[in-house]
Amino acid sequence: MKESTIMKIHYGTALASVGLVAVHILMRLTTGFSDSLSYENVLANYRSVPYVIMLELILILLAVHGFNGLRVILLELKQGRVYEKAVSYGVVIGMIALIGYGSRTIIMTNMGMV
Amino acid sequence: MAQVSSIAEEQAPNPLSASKTILLRISRFNPESDDSSKFMEFSVPYQKWTTVLEAILDVKKHFDHSIAVRYSCRQATCGSCGMLINGKPRLACFTKISELDSDVVTVEPMNNFPVIRDLAVKFERLFDSHQKIKPYLIRDDTELESDQREFLQSPEELENFIQFANCIKCGLCNSACPTMSTDSSFVGPQALAQAYRYVADSRDKGKDTRLDIIDESHGIWRCHFAGSCSQVCPKGVDPAMGIQFLRGYLLGFRS
Repeated sequence: MKESTIMKIHYGTALASVGLVAVHILMRLTTGFSDSLSYENVLANYRSVPYVIMLELILILLAVHGFNGLRVILLELKQGRVYEKAVSYGVVIGMIALIGYGSRTIIMTNMGMV
Repeated sequence: MAQVSSIAEEQAPNPLSASKTILLRISRFNPESDDSSKFMEFSVPYQKWTTVLEAILDVKKHFDHSIAVRYSCRQATCGSCGMLINGKPRLACFTKISELDSDVVTVEPMNNFPVIRDLAVKFERLFDSHQKIKPYLIRDDTELESDQREFLQSPEELENFIQFANCIKCGLCNSACPTMSTDSSFVGPQALAQAYRYVADSRDKGKDTRLDIIDESHGIWRCHFAGSCSQVCPKGVDPAMGIQFLRGYLLGFRS
């Protein structure tokens, strides 16, 4: 993939994350802080389809943005063909693993496993 | 090791023109024999028009001819005498001692360049990067085939890139660039500014080729926009601005 395409994704995910995290914080403000983090409330959030889609989107956007940022930092830290390939594949694996782990919580909740 | 000597004692200059004296600290380093650099110190008289290069050449002439320094035109045209002067990348021939407002002038080789010896550095990386971006007009026809015998441009078209054509390849921008010091594969502000110079030239047809060259993992996107390249350019070129314009092309804001 061209670096300009990656950076367009990088900037796009940053902007979209800011918007969605703002919505997320505003929705938290509708209840008190302690209520917001109560067990039943959290489960209810995970069972609300529109909200859970937004949480999943935030997870994907932040994982893509964050891991690409990490890739950029690591590429500037050291150079070399093998190292750069390892970094590129490593961050993609990390990204997928983090999204998978975050999604697992949502899936388990909705399958009644929690 | 510090060696303090005085030109004034050895060769008395014209008393009418002699004025103040500075302590000139010159970095000495031979990678073939030295583990680290050391400074030699010389007391050098100067007048208000004396440049740092003239002071170094005075020291070479009177005290230590082995000091390695690259220079040629002495008028900020050839771009040979770039060095760190009191910590900032400057052209020695274009920097008057009186402008520095200091009794001590420290000269060191430029950062981000391998040292050949003392103040002379290798320019291979800069020239390779410069060559990589194809620093010439790319088009299918030539002036000889054209009916007009030359490719005409309007003053407005010229204005788009003319400041970038002033680059003398002195390397001061690359020396000041923080990314150059960490990323050994980074193309650098000099080459990026030159890429913009040709991309913005209305006579050139190689825009896509050049944008492809700089659009790689150690290309234009590694610039952090510190802006230090533009601060140190002795010819008034603004590489940071050129880099932002190039990003505009790659992001689709410019065509």
